[in-house]
Amino acid sequence: MSTAAYDVVIVGAGIVGAACADEFARLGMRVAVVDRDVVGSGASAAGMGHIVVMDDSEAQFALTRYSQQLWKALRPELAADVEYEQSGTIWVAADDEEMAEVQRKHSYYGERGVATTVLDAQTLGRLEPNLRSGMAGGLLVAEDAVLYPPCAARFLIERAQKRGADLRLGASVAEIGQGRVRLSDGVEIMGTMIVNAAGAWSPALTPGIEVKKRKGHLVITDRYPGFLRHQLVELGYLKSAHSVTSDSVAFNVQPRRTGQILIGSSRQYGAEHKDVDQSMLTRMLQRAREYMPGLGPMSAVRTWTGFRAATPDQLPLIGPWPGDKSLFLATGHEGLGITTSLATARILVDQVSGAKPEIPIEPYLPSRTAKEFVHA
Amino acid sequence: MPDSAPEALTVTVNGSPVVVSSGATVAVAVAIAGQVCRRSVSGEPRGALCGMGICFECRVSINGRPHCRSCQILCEPGMEVNTDG
Repeated sequence: MSTAAYDVVIVGAGIVGAACADEFARLGMRVAVVDRDVVGSGASAAGMGHIVVMDDSEAQFALTRYSQQLWKALRPELAADVEYEQSGTIWVAADDEEMAEVQRKHSYYGERGVATTVLDAQTLGRLEPNLRSGMAGGLLVAEDAVLYPPCAARFLIERAQKRGADLRLGASVAEIGQGRVRLSDGVEIMGTMIVNAAGAWSPALTPGIEVKKRKGHLVITDRYPGFLRHQLVELGYLKSAHSVTSDSVAFNVQPRRTGQILIGSSRQYGAEHKDVDQSMLTRMLQRAREYMPGLGPMSAVRTWTGFRAATPDQLPLIGPWPGDKSLFLATGHEGLGITTSLATARILVDQVSGAKPEIPIEPYLPSRTAKEFVHA
Repeated sequence: MPDSAPEALTVTVNGSPVVVSSGATVAVAVAIAGQVCRRSVSGEPRGALCGMGICFECRVSINGRPHCRSCQILCEPGMEVNTDG
């Protein structure tokens, strides 16, 4: 069997694995990245690429905020095809109850240094004239951005390669741990550290990880320049998207640089097959049309699905996996992996290098779930 | 002025009147007007390539609705056709 010795072998060339490879290579470590498919082919190809600061929990806010700052710093270096645009997010409030949430969110972000603007109904209608009339208002988060995730993953991988990392694509992984990655064809790659960054497939390689597949659908339209200017997300999103017991859809649309409109979102547990689910797709598009009737007659050019790697507490798993000194996790990012990829890589590298992390890392440590196993 | 024979009708292409025979597709009107249907992302001219609604290269805006396949839609009197749409 051929072997190669690396400091780090990363399983998964999605945006999280790519970001980790880039960071480890930056430190001068010998890095290999292995993926059964191509770069950015899993959840990275089925994410909207919304670089968004979120506030479901303090830990989620800290990670998304930190990572957004890292993206902003990286922006001048990004390749043009990454299509990074600071288009801003508008959280759309459909009624007075959701307008109260706008005010709460405005205060929350403001107290933590994120500038937001409360929009009344008229201002919202002026900024996004294709929203249906009768909306209560919204919250503009101007620093949020969008990018094209597969090209962002490729950019990070290519930079890692320039820094000396090796990339092995089309290499299906059978087993990891104890300082080695065994491929399905029997080849073994040795590494002092193994990083499981296999997203929704990470539990297959590390049994015991509390990561579940959460399926999502996306639709992209033909080019309709000027129809949409910001990423628009319904505020009901928080209620519907985080309902863990049932399938849900939410209005979530994004303007692409091409004039195309990316339409999401749906969330399903227990759906193992990649096929487009027509009933979910219909629900998702109906929801979008309720908010923006002008989407109805548009031509869609592609519809596809992907699997988020969801954890029970909606926070990723970043750090050592108890029970195997060689094994580290960088998975469980659910719908925020594009945003949080860069911070994930920094936090993981800080744990290895001993550098002081920018934010407290305890909420993301995999040991938090391992403890739950012990007490269960 | 356009001929008012019953088998002819007038549409506009980018605001200019074009007379076509009844039964002509919008792609014909665009060709008579000497226009291309649209430009590719890199600025290359595009027109009715397959002529059977498959290639989507002949898209134009018709009566304000973008991305209509001009090879599949018959001209109607007064239709407003805009290329690059």
